[in-house]
Amino acid sequence: MAEILIKNVAKRFGTYQALQDINLTISDQEFMVLLGASGCGKSTLLRIIAGLETATEGEVWIGGRRIDHLAPKDRGISMVFQNYAVFPHLTVFENIGFGLRMQKLPQADVERRVARTAELMQIGELLKRYSGELSGGQRQRVAVARALAMEPDVILMDEPLSNLDALLRLEMRAELKGVLAESSTTAIYVTHDQVEAMSLADRISVMHEGRIAQAATPVEVYRNPAERFIASFIGNPPMNFIDATPAGDGKWTVAGQVFDGPATEKGKLEFAIRPEDVRGAEQGLSLNVRVVEPLGAHLLVTGAVDGHLFRAVLDSDLVVNRGDVLTLAPLPDRVRWFDPDTTLAVN
Amino acid sequence: MNARYLPYVMILPVTLFLCVFFIYPFVLVAQQAFSVDGSWSLANFQEVVGYWKFPISMKNTLLLALAVVPVQVILALTMATMVTKMKTGRDIVLYIWTIPLGISDLAAGIIWLAIFEQSGFLNSMMHGLGMVDRPVNFLTYQNPGIVFLAIALAEIWRATAIMLVILVAGMGLIPKEYYEAAEVFGASPWKRFLRITLPMLRPSLQTALILRVILAFEIFAVVQALGGTLFPVLMGSVYEYQFDLLNSGAAAAIALIILVISIGFTLLILRALRVPKGATI
Repeated sequence: MAEILIKNVAKRFGTYQALQDINLTISDQEFMVLLGASGCGKSTLLRIIAGLETATEGEVWIGGRRIDHLAPKDRGISMVFQNYAVFPHLTVFENIGFGLRMQKLPQADVERRVARTAELMQIGELLKRYSGELSGGQRQRVAVARALAMEPDVILMDEPLSNLDALLRLEMRAELKGVLAESSTTAIYVTHDQVEAMSLADRISVMHEGRIAQAATPVEVYRNPAERFIASFIGNPPMNFIDATPAGDGKWTVAGQVFDGPATEKGKLEFAIRPEDVRGAEQGLSLNVRVVEPLGAHLLVTGAVDGHLFRAVLDSDLVVNRGDVLTLAPLPDRVRWFDPDTTLAVN
Repeated sequence: MNARYLPYVMILPVTLFLCVFFIYPFVLVAQQAFSVDGSWSLANFQEVVGYWKFPISMKNTLLLALAVVPVQVILALTMATMVTKMKTGRDIVLYIWTIPLGISDLAAGIIWLAIFEQSGFLNSMMHGLGMVDRPVNFLTYQNPGIVFLAIALAEIWRATAIMLVILVAGMGLIPKEYYEAAEVFGASPWKRFLRITLPMLRPSLQTALILRVILAFEIFAVVQALGGTLFPVLMGSVYEYQFDLLNSGAAAAIALIILVISIGFTLLILRALRVPKGATI
């Protein structure tokens, strides 16, 4: 069992508050993705769990054992680095076996475990090569194999795919997911790529300015963002926002239209809808079309609704031209509301 | 200008310089060594090798190199590791440690002479502490061990910094991520030094070692100041043949012998510290 508990972790670099009050529970064998823009503290949090950085405050527990005072090697973790950190002066075999050698395992065990993980990562024929003779994708496989060979309770990955080209990234992403599911380790994966996060994660922790804004399943994060920031960060294109004023009785006026909304005393809310959650209709929001981008599978239309930037993803059969005015009806159960003062979601 | 020729044109001045001031004199020296009265002969070599002082000079030079260079490697590695780990004040420490580099070797020899001679600092101190009744003359033929030690100390003090500078530069080039990976995968600080720093430092170690070993075979001024005739070395013989015995043919022959030894050790070091084929550092 390798449940990870992060309790009240904070990290300051001088006066800079890199992390504040991080509380997170990651269940055994869960694939948790830390998602956020650069500088949000996701890598710092990962490095604190790894033991490469010490938290200013708080505790880290793995499998019921407090580990934040232990050396990295005693934490039952292994790690895949962004730049692979595959040792250039060692062969692939010695790279994968590095940790096992450090544990002074018998040669036969080292050979067996290196061979098995190399096979798993499909680099069995490369064992005698040096890192300089490998492609980026192969080096990445070595880095993952080296981490898996340790048979760790927890595997930590710091933007492991960010140095690969797009096609390779797609391939490695699917493979990583499969390999990790089989290895039954708990995984923490740092990325700034939301598609990567959505496709890999059991749960996503969206991080923003040194705190966790929301930790939930990918669908939940996508459908019910807890903060306006998340709604504007996740999804490509992201959610549309339009100012709303109260019309009494839990109803709100949005761009001249009245919608059912939350019953609150607030004098102002923001109406939010995902671009793909609108349909052409007789009555609804009128969109002044400025740009039309046919993307093949669908049509991306950008324009303004009541002076607010608005994007709609529509059926590719539709004929839309620049300057058209479209009437779009939001799907009622997909409409979300945010409080502009707190930026939190309102139900 | 045709871009294909440009590189060659750019290295032309330095090539000419080296030809005129290095290769040409070298050929002259070689000619001198291999000829007597204008005809080809090995007599110069026979003379210098057969001289009674030659084996002693050779033994002294090799022993000194053998004693000094390993100590310098270990010291330089230790100091470089310390400097690399420092967060502040690193430059100041590095400057202070490299001060001996700015002092000529003869001056360094004289500094250490001032310590070891009969009226020197060491004697005053020992006398002051009551350890000796009267000043001891350390640097005499009765104390060959102390003479050797004094020379070795002076040489270590004087010339370790050149290795230090090269190794500090080399260590700075090793990416931090390798150390982090090694730490995560269970390597202790000592193991990280052995398994990451040393192998990845090989190119710098090669340079530093070759430079130091060559200079160690050319040791002269420090020995002259501290040992004088008590401790003959190869370079000292070159000086004696050239200026005391006015036999430039013999001086050239010993100079060539030193060159051959230097080349031999350079090849040895290159071979011992070579990077395996395919590995990139």
